[in-house]
Amino acid sequence: MTSNAEEKPGWKSLSIGAVLSEGGSSVKYKTGDWRAFKPVVTKEKCVNCLLCWIYCPDSSIIRAEKWVEVNYDHCKGCGICAHECPTKAIEMLEEQK
Amino acid sequence: MTILGLTGDESIAYAVKQSKVDIVAAYPITPQTIIVERFSKYVADGEVHTGYVCVESEHSALSASIGASLTGARVFTATASQGLALMHEMLYIASGLRCPIVMGVANRALSAPINIHGDHSDMMGSRDSGWVQIYAENAQEAYDWTLMAFKIAEDKDVQLPVAVNVDGFVISHCMEGVDVLEDSTVGKFLQTRKPLFGLDPDRPVTVGALCFTDYYSEFKRQQVEAMQSVPTVLERVGKEYGGITGRNYSFLETFGMEDAQAAIICLGSTAGTAREVARKLRAQGKKVGVVKLWLYRPFPTEEVSAALKHVKALAVLDRAISFGAPYGALCSDVVSALHTLKESPKIFNVIYGLGGRDIQPSDIELVFNEALETAKTDVVKEETMFLGVRE
Repeated sequence: MTSNAEEKPGWKSLSIGAVLSEGGSSVKYKTGDWRAFKPVVTKEKCVNCLLCWIYCPDSSIIRAEKWVEVNYDHCKGCGICAHECPTKAIEMLEEQK
Repeated sequence: MTILGLTGDESIAYAVKQSKVDIVAAYPITPQTIIVERFSKYVADGEVHTGYVCVESEHSALSASIGASLTGARVFTATASQGLALMHEMLYIASGLRCPIVMGVANRALSAPINIHGDHSDMMGSRDSGWVQIYAENAQEAYDWTLMAFKIAEDKDVQLPVAVNVDGFVISHCMEGVDVLEDSTVGKFLQTRKPLFGLDPDRPVTVGALCFTDYYSEFKRQQVEAMQSVPTVLERVGKEYGGITGRNYSFLETFGMEDAQAAIICLGSTAGTAREVARKLRAQGKKVGVVKLWLYRPFPTEEVSAALKHVKALAVLDRAISFGAPYGALCSDVVSALHTLKESPKIFNVIYGLGGRDIQPSDIELVFNEALETAKTDVVKEETMFLGVRE
């Protein structure tokens, strides 16, 4: 057993069947670091049509006043938003180390 | 007392009707079809208030069952053979999410070559999926075990899915007189499910969350604990049911084992044939016995060992092949159960009845005679005998 394991609860005290006693817990799990390419929005080109907001499978497009922004904590960089954008306002740029 | 003429499939459907099941999601497949067909008639005729979900595959049938079970509903489904194979990944999700679903399985051979008849290849292929497995010998047992299965599955210490197995055609399609309980008696025996959590907008929960290296093992360990609690619960439920019906159930049933020198251990309908042949041989002074396992998972190791430790020779009948393994699945389990004995019986494996090949009393007699010979000589001639297979 590692010291790390000792700090965590054992099977006797964990909930049956890994049920979590709350909803929406995926918000806490930052999946943004899985990303290899990040979507970058050029505000000037965005016409706020919200196609990207509809298509985003991870609900990571944020509606701003007249354009869209990206929730980089959860965006996995799939690129669907960039593909769907009719004005090419979203560009996929390689993540830098 | 009410005796109804029911096939094994019909007896399961009748038990499910009396169990006040909330949801049935199923897809028909021979030889299970009659279970869901009869049940759909109960739904159509308004005899039950069950939600009947028609799906496009067995994978979806079990998926829908899992979703329904997680809301706190009592759920039943049924399948066989290729259908069970198609459910395979969902079997593990049902047990991992601790869904006390009850499933009727009319055991049937797996393709290829394609075959619709009875053997245990389907369920043996799923034996490590975390389901409690029960094998019935006849339609009466199928009825009784289906009722008990809900109570065992839904016990707070268990919370695991249970498969009630009947041999395809030999049990599923053969009509027998089945002694059924009154609806009110079943209602008292089987009260409304009390789920650990349910679907409540005021108290939302997350199920099926991601669980990596730091927690996965702990949840598998929980499942082991749940499995280990089954014998205690099953014994209690069996006693209660016996008190109501006079039919007593536990882990296994023995015949002639008090003085047997040679014995057969098997699952399902074959036990009836074996018992009848044993009765005949015992009348001739041959000391033979039969052990029939009702409970296959969790494997009742101690009880199997206690039942078999005095015999000199033992034939383990497997109605499925575990390709490349030392023995068939049941035989491997029996050998494991007996390995701590100081003097283990001489054991040989008999592979029989594949693809529904009939097992006749003469076949069983041949096995008994082989076991008696082994008991006498203390030598196993053939580790694995393929009963009645042409060379």
